[in-house]
Amino acid sequence: MIRAHDSVIVRTLGRIVIPVAQLFGIYVLVFGQHGPGGGFVGGVILAASMILAVLIFGRDAPDSWLVTKVLHGDGLGLLLFAGVGGLCLIGGGQFLNYTHLQIPGLDDPSRHYVGILLTQIGVAADVAVTGVSIAISLSAEDEDVSHG
Amino acid sequence: MILELPLLVFLVMTAAGAILAKDLISAVFILGTYSFTLALVWALLGAVDVAFVEAVVGAGLATVFFLLTLSNVLEKDTQIRRSAMPWTALIGLPIVAILLLYGAADLPAFGDPGSPASTHISPIYLERSVEQTRTPNVVTAILMDYRSLDTLIETIVIFTAGISCALIHRKGDA
Repeated sequence: MIRAHDSVIVRTLGRIVIPVAQLFGIYVLVFGQHGPGGGFVGGVILAASMILAVLIFGRDAPDSWLVTKVLHGDGLGLLLFAGVGGLCLIGGGQFLNYTHLQIPGLDDPSRHYVGILLTQIGVAADVAVTGVSIAISLSAEDEDVSHG
Repeated sequence: MILELPLLVFLVMTAAGAILAKDLISAVFILGTYSFTLALVWALLGAVDVAFVEAVVGAGLATVFFLLTLSNVLEKDTQIRRSAMPWTALIGLPIVAILLLYGAADLPAFGDPGSPASTHISPIYLERSVEQTRTPNVVTAILMDYRSLDTLIETIVIFTAGISCALIHRKGDA
């Protein structure tokens, strides 16, 4: 299942579609505060683009280097999300109350804005890594099953 | 709202098709169509964020996961053999449907400002979210700021799902 696809059409299209999908995922993630979207959707789109890379080029191909790197980042997004909450605690407030993010030169609404952006990036990283991880797990070659 | 009725009819048709399909792969694709139609309905109702999530997760990622699972299964196991419907279902399901329709008659009208959901705390969110968080999309402001602890727990749930899937399925180096 995880072997490279041999059709030239699929490989060429993949080379065009995957960067566009990743760019769109980042756009949805960053623009989630001004339009529809946000961390969850952006993360899923990023995960889908990486799953597409694995399905087209195979897991060990140089084109899907990002996937093998990403798999090691399990939990980093959660750490970022909870870390922002922890910074609010250190700043002297409640957990995840972004008013107490100690960023000099920003008023309260801007601190909330930065807090929302950081936690959204955390959610997106967590969702993207989880999506790729589940896809890789499900497509793992299992000798016992394939021989019945 | 002329599109509403055809979309809802198509929604019911795809839902029935996903249940009645003869093999699992067709059922997965029809289920993806169902999710996409549901996303269109939600976009029509003005819930753009929900529609976005439904289109990306329901029609995209879930379909990929189902297909990856089915690709590891022998072909004869993806065929569905059904027995006849038991008589308890034939009697019970219409009763449940009548009860649900009876309950739906008491629901507040669409967009009713006096309904309980829009009188309790959502006016406060709608009035203050821009000045408090500088975030024009009020859905994002509620999810990531006012209700961020809930979102944190949801993220933990997703993380746990990925970890358990990896623990169960992956062998050796992966």
